[in-house]
Formats: sequence, C-alpha cells, structure tokens
Amino acid sequence: MYPISGVRGEKGKMAATPARHTEQAEKEAHSFLQQAGAYARHYGRLPLPADLNWWWTIGAMLVAVLVLMLLSGLTLTLAYTPDASLAFGSVEAIERRMPSGWLLRAMHMTGASFFMAALYAHLLRGLYYRTYLPPRRSVWLSGCGLLVLVMVTAFAGYVLPWGQMSYWGADVAAKAVGAVPFVGQGLEQVFLGGESPGTPTLHRMLTLHFLLAFVIIGLVLVHVAVVHAKGSSSPSVQPEIRRKYLPFYPYFTTRDILAVLVMSLGFVAVMCFWPGLITEPANYRPANPLHTPADIEPEWYFLPFYGMLQVVPSKFWGLLVSGGAVAVLFAVPWLDKGRRIANSGLARLADAGALLACVGAAVTAAAAGVHHAQGGWLLAGQAACLVYYLYFLVFLPLRTRFEGKEA
Amino acid sequence: MIVQKIRPTFWLRGGGMLLLGAMMLGADIAQPAQAQPVKAPEQNWSFKGPLGHFDLPSVQRGYAVFAGICASCHSLSEVRFSDLTDMGLTLEEVGAVAATWQVADGLDAEGRLKHRNARPDDALSSSYSGPEAARAANGGVVPPDLSRIVQVYPGGADRLFALLTGYKPDAVRVPGKGFANSFAIGHYTAMPPPLREGAVKYADNIPATVTQQARDVTTFLAWVSAPHQDTRRRVGIGAGLYLCFLAVLFVILNRRLWSHVRK
Repeated sequence: MYPISGVRGEKGKMAATPARHTEQAEKEAHSFLQQAGAYARHYGRLPLPADLNWWWTIGAMLVAVLVLMLLSGLTLTLAYTPDASLAFGSVEAIERRMPSGWLLRAMHMTGASFFMAALYAHLLRGLYYRTYLPPRRSVWLSGCGLLVLVMVTAFAGYVLPWGQMSYWGADVAAKAVGAVPFVGQGLEQVFLGGESPGTPTLHRMLTLHFLLAFVIIGLVLVHVAVVHAKGSSSPSVQPEIRRKYLPFYPYFTTRDILAVLVMSLGFVAVMCFWPGLITEPANYRPANPLHTPADIEPEWYFLPFYGMLQVVPSKFWGLLVSGGAVAVLFAVPWLDKGRRIANSGLARLADAGALLACVGAAVTAAAAGVHHAQGGWLLAGQAACLVYYLYFLVFLPLRTRFEGKEA
Repeated sequence: MIVQKIRPTFWLRGGGMLLLGAMMLGADIAQPAQAQPVKAPEQNWSFKGPLGHFDLPSVQRGYAVFAGICASCHSLSEVRFSDLTDMGLTLEEVGAVAATWQVADGLDAEGRLKHRNARPDDALSSSYSGPEAARAANGGVVPPDLSRIVQVYPGGADRLFALLTGYKPDAVRVPGKGFANSFAIGHYTAMPPPLREGAVKYADNIPATVTQQARDVTTFLAWVSAPHQDTRRRVGIGAGLYLCFLAVLFVILNRRLWSHVRK
C-alpha cells in the first residue's frame, strides 16, 4: 500500500552510485513523511462518540504533562550528580545558579503532582463510567500497569534531591520491602545497595527513574493504540450501534487543547504563586542519617497507601493491604462483570455514592497517615481500609447481580 | 434473593458501626497536639502573599547584619558571592564584598590551615574549620546553616523575626538549656541574644535598632531561601495572562465548532 515497498525493490540498483544514493534517501524520507502523514490523517479521522464529556479530556492533559516531565527531566539530568555527598548541593546549584534551573525544577516538581492528580482523576473516570467493561479490558489493564510504573518512577524521583524526606522516605520504603517474608532481606539489600541509603541507592534510583520514564512513554503509546483499536469508551447508556460519531479532528482536538490550557492555568498558579502546596519544607534540609525527622511523610499522592501501611498493626499485612489497594484495580474488570453503565437514575446515584465513599475512604486513610495513625486516627484509618476494599470486593460484584435481576 | 436479604442488614450494621465509631473518635481526633512554641505574631513582609516582592534595600541591609553578626557562627554554604548580584549589587561590588571575607585555602607545608580573600565563586561557608570546632565553640551545638532557614524553620519569617527579638533584656545562659526565648523549640535556644542597638552601621543611614536589624536580616534570609521568587511570580503573571488569552480563543473556537453538532 505504501510506496516503501517499491523503494525496497530497487535498493540494489540505487545503491550503485553516490548520486543514486541521495536519490534513494530522498525517496525514503519522502515515503516516511507520506507514512507519517497517513498515520496522522488516520488518527485525525478516528471516529469518537459525540457524547464524550469533559472527563474524556484528562488523557490529553496527561500526555501534555508527560511531555513536559520528559523535557524538563532530561535537562535536569545534565546538572544532577547522583552521589550522597554531592546530590543535595547539585540540586541547590540547579535552583540557584543554573540558567532557568529554578523554572525547570519547579516544572518537574509541579508536573509530578499534576500528573498524579490527573492520573487519579482518569482512573476515577474509568471506575464511574465503567470503561473497563469488555471489549476494553486491555485498555484498563495497560492503564493500571502505567499507574504502577508512574508510582515507582515518582518514588524514585523523590529520593534524588537527597533531602531529609528523600533519605528517610527511602529508609521507610526499604524497611517495608524488608518485611516481605523469605525474600524481603535480599530485596532490601538490592534496593539500597547496602545497609542504609547511600550513594549506591542514588545510582539505583536515578537509573530506575530515567529508565522507567521511557518505559512509561512506550506503554502510553500502547495504551493509546489499544484505545484506537478497540474504539473509545463513552458515557452513553445507549448501545454502541445507535451512537453518533464525530471525527477526532477538529472536534476533540480543539476541546482537548482547551482542557490542556485550563489545566496549564492551574499549573502556573501552583508553580508560580502557591508552590508551598506541593513542596515539603523538610526536603530542603540535606539528608542526615543521624537525625530522624519527627514526621516522615511521603508526597500527598502516596498518603492513602502510606496510611494503610500504618493502620495495620503487622508490618507484612500492612504492606499487603497497602499494595493490594493498587493491585485490586487490576482485578476490576473481573469483579464487575456488568455489560454497560447503569440505566436508571437511582442506580447511577448508588454508583456515584459508592465511588464517593471509596474516595472518602482513601482521603481518610491519607489523613490517618498524616496523623501517624495515633489514637482515633488508627480506628478511622482501619475503617477506611475496610470501606475501600468493600467497594471493590463487595459493591462491584453485587452491582452486577442487581443488574442481572433488572434485565 | 440472597442479595435482598443481605442489603438492609448490611447497611444497618455498617451505618451503626460507623456512627458508633464516629462518636468514639470525635473527641479523640479533636484534641490539640502537645504544647507548641508560642505562635509568632504576623508581620507585614514585603515578600508576603502570592504577589509580594522583595524590598531589595532591606535585603542589602540584611546582608550587612548577616556579614557583621550572624556570619561569625552561621554559614550560607549553598550560596556563592556571585549569587548576591540578584539582590541588586554589580559584579564589581560583589568582588569587593567577597574580598572582605576569609576562606580556607588548603594546608601549607607544615599542615596548618591557610586562608585567602574570598572570590565571587566562593560559597559563604562556615567560619569554623569543621563541625567539631563549631560544636566546641558553641557549648556542644552546631549553629545551623541558614541557606534555606526561612523555608525549613517551622513558622517561617514571622517566627524567625520573633525569635531574634524575643529575648528578655536580662537574658542569661541557663546551664544545660541555653537562653530563654518563648519562640524557640522547647522555649530555650543555644543562641545568645545576637542583635544589639547600633551593632552595624547601615550605608543608607537608617538607624540600626534591634527591630530594624531583625527585620532586615529576616528579609535577607527569606530572599536567600527563595532567591528567584520575584522572577517566579513575574513569570507566573506573564504566563497566566498569555494562557488566559489563548484559552478564550479556544473557548470561542470550541463553541463555534460544536454549535453545528445537534445533541
């Protein structure tokens, strides 16, 4: 179909003289452009349900922030030194002396928070509109895979500035890994590269952070390709055949750009005027292995899982409950075996209420984590864990049964 | 059938448990934390709020206080003299300022520490040869580095100002505790009252009262903790206005496009 095959056939003849060589290169470049153009046209014409609402623009926001993270991250790497005695100073030098270094680092830090916030919103969109139902299980699974990769990348990135929270965060995470029976001690050693966090840990975290960035980009391409292959989900209750469709360009590209612009406004507001919302002051103190801070706290996006880790008395079970809170997302397409979004207003209200309870439980668990699961927060956190799991393990399967009765 | 049986009992039990839990927790959660240091009164800083900007003459006076008083014990190890150009000094002035400082310059043939005049690319490092020397000279406490002090000190600029001006006039060192100061952690600090009336002479002839010195040095330390804050806010206003303009254009485009689509 594409002229590339023709070029291949003539390859032997064309390589004979240098002049021919350029001609061939030109032709190949031409055909590559044609192919890229064909792809762009194909994606531009992609039919999408006309009733998509604004929740379907979060994907575009995520892509925009991901590109920003990649570009700012690559430039920051040029000035960063992964050594326990130099890392903090190199980050300070980026902030104070590298031309526009403060801006690059501010974009990277704000980007991390905005990416996680948008990712959680994207996930909740999926849960509420049940976009994981067949035939889009693979879309959901690749998305869950991305969530895990992004979380690992965010954690590794947070260790790099080597402030107090970086150091003690790595310490707490290593001890949590060490709680895994049988293999825990070995894993902890591999993770830290020694008995306590140090230069080997920084080398590991930088490599992981850098490598996973590109794995994430690859998986995002797969995620988008699968969406294109399976067709987009929709908030509509109508069966797919009766839906109206519109091409991606210009209807949805325009709306996506508008959504990205609105998000950018929020981004600039946080980055330039309220940076205190996303920065942790204690991380501007250099890492000190001899001084444990009074409050060891991860970034806000890990707080729910950190809270769950704390409210369970046993270390191993805490790890299981907290890790399971992410792992259970992978099982959602098999826990909820319904066919489409609920038809009746009452059922939709119940769906929204249950999801809100689940989000409320995550927020409560986060608050319990902030308050060290002391006193009443311990019980509140444990109740939150219960509600969180009830949503996935009881509500989702039950909902399918109700639907079975209605139909 | 089974589901219908489970449903009311589950909600009743769950609701009851939640209610009971909430009643039990309520009092527990509402309790305040342990006694904190006295809350510092709020000051009207030039850099306060999302649109504030640093009063650079005050930052420069604050540098004079830092160099004349604080620097004998405290360091700004992440800051270099060349960074001071951003507080309104020329490169020549920075060179002259640096030359008034002595920095360590390796060991001489007999193994003694050598010193030389500082250059613009030197850091404002500690005046002690190491943490042991600092500890020995300050009764067992290392004076903290002040590079990010306003950012990391709980209570920020307000509390720092309150601490500097919060000593009693007749403050004496209590053995094992330090000096009484209600704004310090544990209500005692190892730092002797640092500021005296007229201890520095300002180039702009503003009277160097203790309050004035405390205000200026706090402004200087706030600037050192966030040296690009003014630029950051300027960028924010520019980028925000540009994005607003672009967003309005796209709102119009989006409305026109979608007006052809019947729901």
